[in-house]
Amino acid sequence: MQRQLPPNTEVLKPTTPPFWRDEGKRAIVFQVVALLIVVLVSYYLYSNTQANLERQSIATGFGFLDKEASFEIGESVIEYSAADTYTRALLVGALNTLKVSFIGIVLTIIIGTIVGIARLSSNWLISRLSAVYIEVMQNIPVLLQLFFWYAIFYEAFPSPRQALNPFSGLFLCNRGMIFAVPQAHAAHTAMGWTLLLVLVCGWFLNRWGYRRLAETGVPFPALRITLAASILLPLLVWVAYGAPTAMDVPALRGFNFQGGVTVSPEFSALLLGLVIYTSAFVAEIVRAGIQSVGRGQIEAAMAIGLRPSRVLQLVVLPQALRVIIPPLTSQMLNLTKNSSLAIAIGYADFVAVTNTMINQTGQAIEGVALIMLVFLFFSLSTSLFMNWYNKKMALVER
Amino acid sequence: MNTPQQPSRAYLAAPIRKIGALAWFKDNLFNTWYNSLLTVLTLVGLWFIVPPFLKWAFIDSLWYSSAEACRDIEGACWSIVPNNIKFIILGFFPEGQEWRPILAMIMLLSLVFYSKERTRWNKRLGWFWAIGLIIMGSLMYGGLFGMPVVETAQWSGLPLTMMLSFFGMVAAYPLGVLLALGRRSKMPAIKTLCVVYIEMIRGVPLISLLFMSSILFPLFLPDGMTIDKVLRAQVAIILFTAAYIAEVVRGGLQAMPRGQYEAADSLGLNYRQTMRLIILPQALKIVIPPTVGILLSAFKDTSLVVIIALYDVLKTTKVTLSNPKWTGYSTEAYIFLAVLYFICCYAMSSYSRRLEKELHTGH
Repeated sequence: MQRQLPPNTEVLKPTTPPFWRDEGKRAIVFQVVALLIVVLVSYYLYSNTQANLERQSIATGFGFLDKEASFEIGESVIEYSAADTYTRALLVGALNTLKVSFIGIVLTIIIGTIVGIARLSSNWLISRLSAVYIEVMQNIPVLLQLFFWYAIFYEAFPSPRQALNPFSGLFLCNRGMIFAVPQAHAAHTAMGWTLLLVLVCGWFLNRWGYRRLAETGVPFPALRITLAASILLPLLVWVAYGAPTAMDVPALRGFNFQGGVTVSPEFSALLLGLVIYTSAFVAEIVRAGIQSVGRGQIEAAMAIGLRPSRVLQLVVLPQALRVIIPPLTSQMLNLTKNSSLAIAIGYADFVAVTNTMINQTGQAIEGVALIMLVFLFFSLSTSLFMNWYNKKMALVER
Repeated sequence: MNTPQQPSRAYLAAPIRKIGALAWFKDNLFNTWYNSLLTVLTLVGLWFIVPPFLKWAFIDSLWYSSAEACRDIEGACWSIVPNNIKFIILGFFPEGQEWRPILAMIMLLSLVFYSKERTRWNKRLGWFWAIGLIIMGSLMYGGLFGMPVVETAQWSGLPLTMMLSFFGMVAAYPLGVLLALGRRSKMPAIKTLCVVYIEMIRGVPLISLLFMSSILFPLFLPDGMTIDKVLRAQVAIILFTAAYIAEVVRGGLQAMPRGQYEAADSLGLNYRQTMRLIILPQALKIVIPPTVGILLSAFKDTSLVVIIALYDVLKTTKVTLSNPKWTGYSTEAYIFLAVLYFICCYAMSSYSRRLEKELHTGH
């Protein structure tokens, strides 16, 4: 039965709130306004740019890439001369960036891991020394470190005539580091291929070993076999080719060295600076990762009778790596991005080459866009890989 | 009766005393054979490095001499620092006006020092800062009380480094928090804008942003309109740092348990209040260590303005070194700068550790 309302009362109908109180509608207004502002600002900047480019008669577009670069590049992984196109010059720059980043990353991981473990050493001296290394190197700007090492190469090292010769075959002078390498021989190519083959086989062997371990519980020393094979088989190939030992020893001719391999001071300074700076951060990451594995885990592993090396391999490392890998990747990306500081000491990396190109053609927009695109490509591909890796490694919880 | 036998007091051996220098050496340096080996090897290595370095840096060195005197010595020529200290620190600031940047720097440092204590964080401190910054700005720029105007192009050396890093950190932090909130927003357009911004900036090196600010930005502006070069670099540093802060803060926001949001909702707090009173105070607190890492990088990265030809303290040092009189003493000058940077960074990171401890409310 409907309740009787007293006379003269209005029936209150549920009302919709006014639109400025309605969260959904307010959200739409916010977003429209935000988008509108972004579009308007970009249009404003775009039209200004168009007008400016026209007034200063700067060409647009990437047509210049096919023109002759007409500048020399100090060092290059591939064949390059001033008569080549800008595209090729940029490729040289990109390869130089990749070269210093790749070598830098490998060295950084090695040094960072050693220092990080040394920080946890029970030896007071070692642990203190690594703490000092970490604290000092982290707190000095990387650019300052680059300048420092470059200055060492230029000022402290003598000219090629008085080059330091700490041991036979290695020379240090202000033209860089020159060292002897084995003379080119067919054996070396064959050894390289053998090593590659061993590594590929080793990878499959390792996978098979893991599967067998998971199924039957019988471990298989795949890692040790691969390691032994990767040393022995190339050595066998070398002997089979008649064990060539001829070395290409650098020798002073006139004002510079001939022969051997020269590492330029620019490259050495850049590599040293980047590796020392980044490895301090990596050491901290490694230390934190190892400490993140609970003592109980290690004690439990020992209690079920694992040898110390197996404890490390089966219990500590897999858990520590899960903590270490994500920040480690971002440090590796930082190293790659910091390699763009090469421009300050004159190493021809991608940014330096692009900068020269901008100065020659005046096409700054295209140049800066290229720099951003190339680095975005590095970063985004790395983070895609990381997402995949994280998903694969994520803890599967109940 | 089969009670466990108590050893009588008389047979207990005296406990081995583990104090004293010898015991410490045995415990910490020579506890195993490989540790002993490592210690010996390290000591030998240090023996080859440390004494020659000390000899170079302190015994054979000159501290207050002319450049000529330095040519005849084997050791370090620290004289480069005191002889050029005015230029390294103040750069091209006009002759006779040096007291202005010095006073401004002292003001900034004392304000920072005064703000260290958390008990002083109140409205009054905010006013102090506002007034202080206005005074510092007018000291640097001039034009008041008969102080001649000094264009920003002449701001150089340590004041420039301090300004770029101070505003770089202070302005980037709130911007980064806003970006992080935007990235967690339920509004798709806002979220997309923030994600694109953060990922783009984090994907490129700071150098490319500085290039953009120095080469490209003038092209974006209408004819006749210019924006100061220092300001452009400052904005680039702020925009760059903010993207990194945003990622760190997002980590903190994600670490907040759902219960906190629900509790705030059940109290009837709106979005603004929830964030300001419940979520952000907790989220920002747990990300203090990584935030400080980012701020320290921002401080160190101000040195990159060298590449777009701003005269920060690194550039003034380089200019000093290009003077033929002082060429060849880069090591000394760079070590001086490294010590300067180290002290600043170390002070900041130890302050952050203290702050973290003070704010720690957990169990």
